[in-house]
Amino acid sequence: MKPWRLPPHLLLLLPAVLILAAIVVIPLGLSLWSSFTPFRLTRPDTMYDFIGLRNYARLLGDAQFWSAFGRTVLLLTVALNLEMVLGLGLALLIERASRGQRILRTIMMFPMMFSPVLVGFQFKFMFNDNVGLVNNALQSLGLTDRAIPWLIDQNLAFISIMVAEIWSSTAVFAIFILAGLMAMPRDPLEAARVDGCTPWQTFRYVTWPFLMPFAFIAMTIRSLDVARAYDIIKIMTDGGPARRTEVLWTLISRTAYSDARMGMANAMAYIAILLSIAFTLIFFRQLSKARSQIAAEW
Amino acid sequence: MMDANQSSRIRKRLTRWALNVALFIAMAIICLPGLWIVLNSLRPTVEIMAKPPVWIPRELNFDAYVAMFSGVGAGGIPVLDYFRNSIIIATTSTVIALAVGMAGGYAFARYRFRGKSGWFIGLMLTRTVPGIALSLPLFFLYARLGIIDTHFGLILAYVAMNVPFTIWLIDGFFRQVPKDLSEAAQIDGCTRWQAFWRVEFPLARPGIASAGIFAFLTAWNEFALASQLTRSTNSKTLPVGLLDYTAEFTIDWRGMCALAVVMIVPALLLTYAVQKHLVSGLTSGAIKG
Repeated sequence: MKPWRLPPHLLLLLPAVLILAAIVVIPLGLSLWSSFTPFRLTRPDTMYDFIGLRNYARLLGDAQFWSAFGRTVLLLTVALNLEMVLGLGLALLIERASRGQRILRTIMMFPMMFSPVLVGFQFKFMFNDNVGLVNNALQSLGLTDRAIPWLIDQNLAFISIMVAEIWSSTAVFAIFILAGLMAMPRDPLEAARVDGCTPWQTFRYVTWPFLMPFAFIAMTIRSLDVARAYDIIKIMTDGGPARRTEVLWTLISRTAYSDARMGMANAMAYIAILLSIAFTLIFFRQLSKARSQIAAEW
Repeated sequence: MMDANQSSRIRKRLTRWALNVALFIAMAIICLPGLWIVLNSLRPTVEIMAKPPVWIPRELNFDAYVAMFSGVGAGGIPVLDYFRNSIIIATTSTVIALAVGMAGGYAFARYRFRGKSGWFIGLMLTRTVPGIALSLPLFFLYARLGIIDTHFGLILAYVAMNVPFTIWLIDGFFRQVPKDLSEAAQIDGCTRWQAFWRVEFPLARPGIASAGIFAFLTAWNEFALASQLTRSTNSKTLPVGLLDYTAEFTIDWRGMCALAVVMIVPALLLTYAVQKHLVSGLTSGAIKG
């Protein structure tokens, strides 16, 4: 009898599983445990003080937490949808350009190379009420005579963050939708034209269904990494003014590192993790639905 | 008849115009922030702060870069240390993530096994954990193990961060290589291992290179983990170093812009090199599942 050996696929997956277990899964187990304790960094012995669900119970009644939670969901929903629409528009524009497609594609990918911290700084600079590009331009053009407090007014600050976020991530959608456009067979388009479809009908019933899976790949990839927005917000407003741009991630970092309340921060972090997982699972499901649709049609 | 023809021609021309204008505006919005950064890294601070604003620069110089590289005493920041840390951490973690990712990606592309899609989604889900949420337990663990503020600690974290995505990409690239090729090689007497190295790997190489560059950029740009797991010039990376230009109430905009340019140039060159393969790998992995 042959001695039992690990099947090859498991052997190949082993390094990935080991490293993810060590750096992600086990630490997350630790943070799950500490979310049930009043753990403070300054008093390590509080780590063994089990208080059950008290942290979570307190979060449930914490208005500040829920407004941060709501704001996070709002930011993600609005930003992701706008990015998709703008990315679609950009891809269609580039696809129709007769010349210089290659260079246009390169320029389009430009924002993706920027580190989110850099995006934060850059837009903090541009939206600066005193020396920023936006106010300078508006004032020089005579559109306003006073400095608009972009990052100081609570609503404007949220909008500014949204602009930065959208600027940095629209490219992800544009690239994938453009890839879809280029892979698209021409015959159905011709057929639609011969049958007398309006351009809108052609887009709605021929082009878009074809592009959908590509848009969902982009969505899935984006949803893997939504928390990148933390870097941008941290730099631009750090949750201010008066916590009006506070999202889950800035609240977590403040609770953990400024207030040193690790147990509480871990409870929040768990809710944030579940939120990201929910977002990703939704898009994975959409992706596999779109995939089976394509498989059926091709 | 003539009229209808002419008006349709005019309308066509107008649409073309409108589309070109829209394209131009979109490109301007994409490019302006970057150009603004480059411009301001070359201007004296007085001009940046001037009211009313100076639109046409009167004086351009490289003072900010000179100051930045001239060390801590002379108004600079230890940018060379940061640069070295960034390079070491990003390169090492990329190499390891690629090796691990190639093994994993090959397993997903070439073997059938039970619960395959479950494994795949499980691996991907580890990537969704927000960096800041992961930093809490890692901070604690690393402090216990004494690997806070070391290259080793950050490299480990970045490998874990990059592995799911490299697996996805590399899986896609191996799928594009026809299975028959490696089977033919095996019939001709190659072992599976030889078939992999001599046939499949060379064909998937451009794609694997782009996965590598993608991993490199993620590590190069990461901030949430690095800001908590680094302390000093021992391991601080460039994105964290950017914060050195901010004080409590003031920001040295010019110096910051100069450092930003230093950060962005390598990223720009690398992204340019991968743009073609990146998309094809992700789509073929995701669509032909």
